[in-house]
Amino acid sequence: MTATTLRNALPYPFCPGCGHGSVLDRLDEALVRLGRDPRTVVIVSDIGCSGLSDQYFTTNAFHGLHGRSVTYASGIKLADPSLEVIVVMGDGGTGIGGTHLVNAARRNIGLTVVVMNNLNFGMTGGQHSTTTPEGAITSTTPGGNLEHPLDICATVGVNGASYVYRGTQWDEGLTDHLVAAIQAPGFALLDVWELCTAYFVKANRFNRRAMEALMTDAGLQPGLLFHREVAEYADAYRRAHAADAPPVEPRAIPVEFTATLERPLSVVVAGSAGGRVLSAARLVGEAAIRSGLWVTQRDDYPVTVKTGHSLAELVLSPVELPLTTVAVPDVLLVLSEDGLRKARPMLARMSADATVVTVPELAEVETEARVVVIDPASAPTRIGRGDLALMMLAATVARLELLPLDALREAARASPFAQSNLATIEAGAAVA
Amino acid sequence: MREYIDGNAAIVRGALAAGCTFFAGYPITPASPILMAMMAELPKRGGVAIQGEDEIASIGMCIGAAMTGARAMTATSGPGISLYSENIGLAVMGEVPLVIVDVQRLGPATGGATTVGQGDVQLVRWGTSGGYPIIALAPSNVAECYALTARAFELAERFRCPVFLVADKEVAMTLATVEASAFPPVRVGERVLATTGAPYRYEPAGDVPPMHAYGTGEPLRFTGSTHDEAALISKHPPTVDALNRHLAAKIDEHLDELELVDADLQPGARDLLVSYGVSAGAARAAVQRIRATGGTLSSLVMQSLWPVPERAIRAALEGIERVVVPELNLGQYRREIERLAGARRVIGVNRVDGELIGIEELLGALA
Repeated sequence: MTATTLRNALPYPFCPGCGHGSVLDRLDEALVRLGRDPRTVVIVSDIGCSGLSDQYFTTNAFHGLHGRSVTYASGIKLADPSLEVIVVMGDGGTGIGGTHLVNAARRNIGLTVVVMNNLNFGMTGGQHSTTTPEGAITSTTPGGNLEHPLDICATVGVNGASYVYRGTQWDEGLTDHLVAAIQAPGFALLDVWELCTAYFVKANRFNRRAMEALMTDAGLQPGLLFHREVAEYADAYRRAHAADAPPVEPRAIPVEFTATLERPLSVVVAGSAGGRVLSAARLVGEAAIRSGLWVTQRDDYPVTVKTGHSLAELVLSPVELPLTTVAVPDVLLVLSEDGLRKARPMLARMSADATVVTVPELAEVETEARVVVIDPASAPTRIGRGDLALMMLAATVARLELLPLDALREAARASPFAQSNLATIEAGAAVA
Repeated sequence: MREYIDGNAAIVRGALAAGCTFFAGYPITPASPILMAMMAELPKRGGVAIQGEDEIASIGMCIGAAMTGARAMTATSGPGISLYSENIGLAVMGEVPLVIVDVQRLGPATGGATTVGQGDVQLVRWGTSGGYPIIALAPSNVAECYALTARAFELAERFRCPVFLVADKEVAMTLATVEASAFPPVRVGERVLATTGAPYRYEPAGDVPPMHAYGTGEPLRFTGSTHDEAALISKHPPTVDALNRHLAAKIDEHLDELELVDADLQPGARDLLVSYGVSAGAARAAVQRIRATGGTLSSLVMQSLWPVPERAIRAALEGIERVVVPELNLGQYRREIERLAGARRVIGVNRVDGELIGIEELLGALA
């Protein structure tokens, strides 16, 4: 049996003359006309007098934080598109939560938003809102409002909303528009202007005729303002992902080589962003794991992406180690001026039993460590900026016999860009 | 077989293994990899992931989704937790199961986006108005990122509340070698959702009744205002009192389920290191170093920060004369230890320069 009302027995608590009750009655009529089961409807209310609305319905209800009603409604609709999600908010919620309205409209999440727009804050003392008309007197604009009012309908309309209507609490056709808005698959908004008899009416000698004149004077025309056929987001999301490839199991790394390392060894690579320092270090780490070692790689870089330093701190160990910082590296690769600036404190702490590997331009680094200079120009193939880190690491691995070079080759074979990485590794082996 | 994986990836793995079906987040270093992985992975598993227009929208969408019965998670860093604040209170008040990941970076404010810090450990505890208990877990390595994320989902559902996973840039972004066995399947229980009766219950105060969800059973009310057991707004003092005492008691009366620590206590030790998160790495390394040279040293790594695992801390303090607490803040959690340490000396080792605490600094404090 279809319900004859989705209202419960509680009487509305709204002031005499306030439009909230009649708008909610129209909403009830629309839901009844659509034959909606209260268990499939969620009324999400905002804060303020409009925020009381959900309590007078037998439907599901969500009464959250001021301005955020659209976010809860979006989460509900995205998670369960079978639910009919209706947001009831005021002009206060519209102001504080404006970004959520715009973005839900832009995405076309299938919500129906009813803005009970009474041009001021009715619950907290008649303060001005984002829709208060210019010149209007409120408790916070005693000399007249200097702000331009927000055109809610245009704002959501130009940003893609499916169904946008502006009207008043007296509209004969409001129920029809609510029905159409609920049926529209995408985002629908009804900006329903009302009298706030507690404050705005008293402060501005405001009435129905004045409201209608204001709409005309301000160019905020009533009626159906936008109506476009769009895909509902939660539905579009599911269709877009219907053909997604199944999840891929994580890639485990086999131990197939043997490293001769007897104690933990730290290798720091100090280069420039854009030089693929971190991915080159990662290949060495994977090679070390293939060789039976335990590896950590801690990276350091500035907030910029393609500029500044890029530093990778590898710790290779025959036994599993807790994550710690490397104060003094055993091996430090200095690949660029950016890297040198970052590595200077480490260079100063390194002693004669440590090794610095660098390029000819930076061969004069100040350190007590042994300095190994490798010239990329002597490689059999041209080494670009993006290959330098891997070439120098491969050369270091070979020269210092840190790992079997075959382990690095195997890691490269399993990596993206396998061919070019393998060629770079061979170049490094050649100059080692 | 071993894997080379960082903490962010392990958090995603833990969430998926625990049955996460909804994720919403906003990009922020160093938590963005969680958002990116969820956007790629959740739809393959029939779930939904969305990038919100901001942090407030992201946690709001998670709360809405959770109320349909979805297992929801969001992830951010400290500045995002600041924006989550009001909604954290809503999730507490509405008894919403939700996992909130905070990959900490150096603060305050924008602070250091790519710089490690541990400055949010009191923020997650007290970061919402009203003042009620919350649960926070803190992984100190990649394997714990997986296990504690899965545990966070379990606790969120068990206690119907937001549960924080408090990681940090280095735990989340450092690649580590992990045995494949560190990622065991998670036993995901059937979601227990009630379909009739009142959605909330305040007596006995410490009980947690099954959750109701939209679309399953009788219509469900939800409100962030003080409410009765039907979720109708109430200012009736006995009702409001019962509600607020219930929100506290449902956690406070079950501390035995919430204490998670890695206690490495050595008989005869006079010194104890109490650590969490990335700082536990140096603590564990210092223990290895001291014991290798014949010394004695105990360590307590806290995997649950809130509620304070007081019983485990008191047990670890037995026979201890001196406690060292390394933290990448100016001693935020040390105050919790001092509160329990009596006359013992409690020494903080603290860095807020974006660098990690080294083993030598800890050994220096123990000299």
